[in-house]
Amino acid sequence: MATFTWTEIRSNNLRTSLLFIAFFAIVAGLATGLGYALGSLILGWGIGITFFSVYGLIAYYNGSNMALSLNGAEAADQSQYRVLHNVVEEIAIAASIPKPDVYIMKDEAPNAFATGMQPDNSAVAITTGLLRDLDRNELSGVIAHEIAHIKHQDTKTMLIAGVLVGSIAILSDLLFRVSIFSERGRNNWLFILLGIASMILAPVVAELIRLAVSRKREFAADAKAVELTRNPKGLAGALQKLKDATEQMEQSTRSLNHLYIRSELGDSSIMDRLFSTHPPLDDRISKIQSL
Amino acid sequence: MNIVFWALLLTPFLITCIGVYLYNSIVALENRVDNAWSQISVQLKRRSDLIPNILEIAKQYAEHEQAVFQQVSAARTKLENASSPVESATASKELTAKLGGVFAVAEDYPDLKSDRNFRQVQEELSSTENKIAYARQHYNDVVTAYNTRLEIFPSNIIANLFTFNQRELFQESDQDID
Repeated sequence: MATFTWTEIRSNNLRTSLLFIAFFAIVAGLATGLGYALGSLILGWGIGITFFSVYGLIAYYNGSNMALSLNGAEAADQSQYRVLHNVVEEIAIAASIPKPDVYIMKDEAPNAFATGMQPDNSAVAITTGLLRDLDRNELSGVIAHEIAHIKHQDTKTMLIAGVLVGSIAILSDLLFRVSIFSERGRNNWLFILLGIASMILAPVVAELIRLAVSRKREFAADAKAVELTRNPKGLAGALQKLKDATEQMEQSTRSLNHLYIRSELGDSSIMDRLFSTHPPLDDRISKIQSL
Repeated sequence: MNIVFWALLLTPFLITCIGVYLYNSIVALENRVDNAWSQISVQLKRRSDLIPNILEIAKQYAEHEQAVFQQVSAARTKLENASSPVESATASKELTAKLGGVFAVAEDYPDLKSDRNFRQVQEELSSTENKIAYARQHYNDVVTAYNTRLEIFPSNIIANLFTFNQRELFQESDQDID
């Protein structure tokens, strides 16, 4: 079991690195295009780097809090959510990280997410619906999945991926405007076409890369969760209940969907799968049972 | 001539570098073992601290079950006096079994079972049991990595030179459990 888990995580890390290189290539390409349009490569790259660092700093210092407040998460009361606090502390001991902060979202739909830039300063948030539906073993499985994300530093990876997608959206938009209105653009139809193409394509490609990073990480977190709890039935049972649940979250934003354990978007058709942040729950359940 | 000179100069230097690296990595692992052990001790201590509470509550409802409670107290003392990981693990397993006796008693006393304080301490105790199990899992993984490092070449040379000792797993001995 352990060997399978570790090879899987290693190949994931390799794929993630490759995808990040692709991300940076898009940012670099857009910055270069911008520089070309403005007649100064340095200016183009300067703009690219500026946007990227501003976004990055905001995400680094405030990303966690933003994710928590956007999802309406409140700190869970110690005595009211005694069992939840205990389970989080138990799994943190298994993963040998400090206990993450515990947050509650008042929502009937069962769901959970983790966030944080470092393992020693992180948080898990779960809905009241999840607490209601799961028994203790299943809750341990879900918390272990979230703590695995923290331990694998996926929470950081996904925050950075979000920053990259944001920068790419702004840069491609800028490139489009510049290519239309610049001196060079007015005399060159090909350049305008390039600008339009980049405006449409770059964000889509960036989004697809982000989703691929996210999907790979879900399987790895499931495997780690089983390794931590030594109990595949807990997580598998929890995922089955998540699959059967019909409620949708009231307060969740599409852009934060990749953080959650259960996707709030469908996963049946090919298009759904391509644009999905999560592998289908059936695939995850059968993979866990094969561990 | 020149090559021989450089080889003579560099070889001891390289060997020293490798030796320092191996020594440091063994020390780092040893510190992780100590840290993992302190995780277990913290939880064992916490469980010991909770036991008087649960016995106090249980006695109010089930005074005829003194024998069960005394066995728990005895097991607790045994655990507190344990001096090695194997002794602790053995005593801890015994204590878990005896505590099971208290929870079995509670099944016969509905008032006790539904007492709010009792349920609270029961939740704390079973959570602490889980924490011990997870801390044990982590500790044993780290100890295994450390012990393996002491055995494999070339770190075994450094380990022998500076007399690093193998550590015990947190594991019950096969005898002594009654």
